[in-house]
Amino acid sequence: MLCLLFYEFFKIGLFAIGGGMVTIPFLFDLTKKYDWFTAQELTEMIAVSQSTPGPVGVNMATYAGFQTAGVIGGIVATFGLVLPSIVIVVMVSKLLKCWAKNACVCEIMSAIRPAVAALVLQAGVLLFQLSVTNYLAIIFVISLFLMIYFFQKSPIFYILLSAIMGILLQL
Amino acid sequence: MSAYMKIFISFFKIGLFTFGGGYAMMPLFRQELIEKRHYITETEMLDYYSLGQCTPGIIAVNVATFTSYKIKGLGGACVATLAIVFPSLVIIMLLAGMLNIMADNEVVAHAFAGIRLGVIALIINEVVKLLKKTVLTEYHLFVFVSVLLLLLFFNFSAVTAVMIAAGIGVSKYFKERRL
Repeated sequence: MLCLLFYEFFKIGLFAIGGGMVTIPFLFDLTKKYDWFTAQELTEMIAVSQSTPGPVGVNMATYAGFQTAGVIGGIVATFGLVLPSIVIVVMVSKLLKCWAKNACVCEIMSAIRPAVAALVLQAGVLLFQLSVTNYLAIIFVISLFLMIYFFQKSPIFYILLSAIMGILLQL
Repeated sequence: MSAYMKIFISFFKIGLFTFGGGYAMMPLFRQELIEKRHYITETEMLDYYSLGQCTPGIIAVNVATFTSYKIKGLGGACVATLAIVFPSLVIIMLLAGMLNIMADNEVVAHAFAGIRLGVIALIINEVVKLLKKTVLTEYHLFVFVSVLLLLLFFNFSAVTAVMIAAGIGVSKYFKERRL
């Protein structure tokens, strides 16, 4: 059982290219293949993973593993998920060292950097569409952004501040 | 404090205060690893994100591994990965039974609604910083705008978007070599 859990999450870590949300279709496949958790439970897991601290993909693996086989299940599933990352990233890092001075590689990286800025903006737009439901929320986002822009304090400070403001303003 | 301990604390903090996915992590990443500890440069962070997007696995974990491998080799990579998943492991397993009850609690729900909005504001600030850093010429602006349009209006996946940007880079390289 634990071996199977490790194997399935290792596979997800190996084939889910593009981050946390990409693991969702893989997890749905698991509901069809095993009776570890149902599709209904999975929807709850997704909601919970998005609102607890930590990367969404890691949260989901921990939650799914825990539901299936308790504490050890949670640990096994999470390690299965991150193991391919460590191995592949270390290999790519080594390759990168050899290629860093190559003119063509430099040109590619220079073109990708503005694309990453676009990806970050897209993440913001998606989040905006999901969470901004009234005018109060728009005003809150804009005023908080201005605060961040002019007083560059730690992001942790702003996250705690938004939690308190969320309660006070009944957002 | 040993170097490994410092790495552990930095990534533990990032894991604890990240709400959402890899991109929501970027402001924390910048604060902790670039501004406070000077482990990496902003350019390196962007390169790790683009590579982390295209290598298998969770982006947050990939970027953490790239960064910590650069700081302290394989040992650093393992420590950082452990540190970034640690808060998730503890919190999810402690709260698993109560999570649904908590989600129905009104005070908790308002706090999370506030955090989600706060994360949006942090992301907008991050985009402003990235644009200042990466869009140096009209060519970079062209890449940014075209990738953004593909993502927002044509539902291109992130991996495809990075590949297209790479393609633009390759074609620029060959065009300049011919001239």
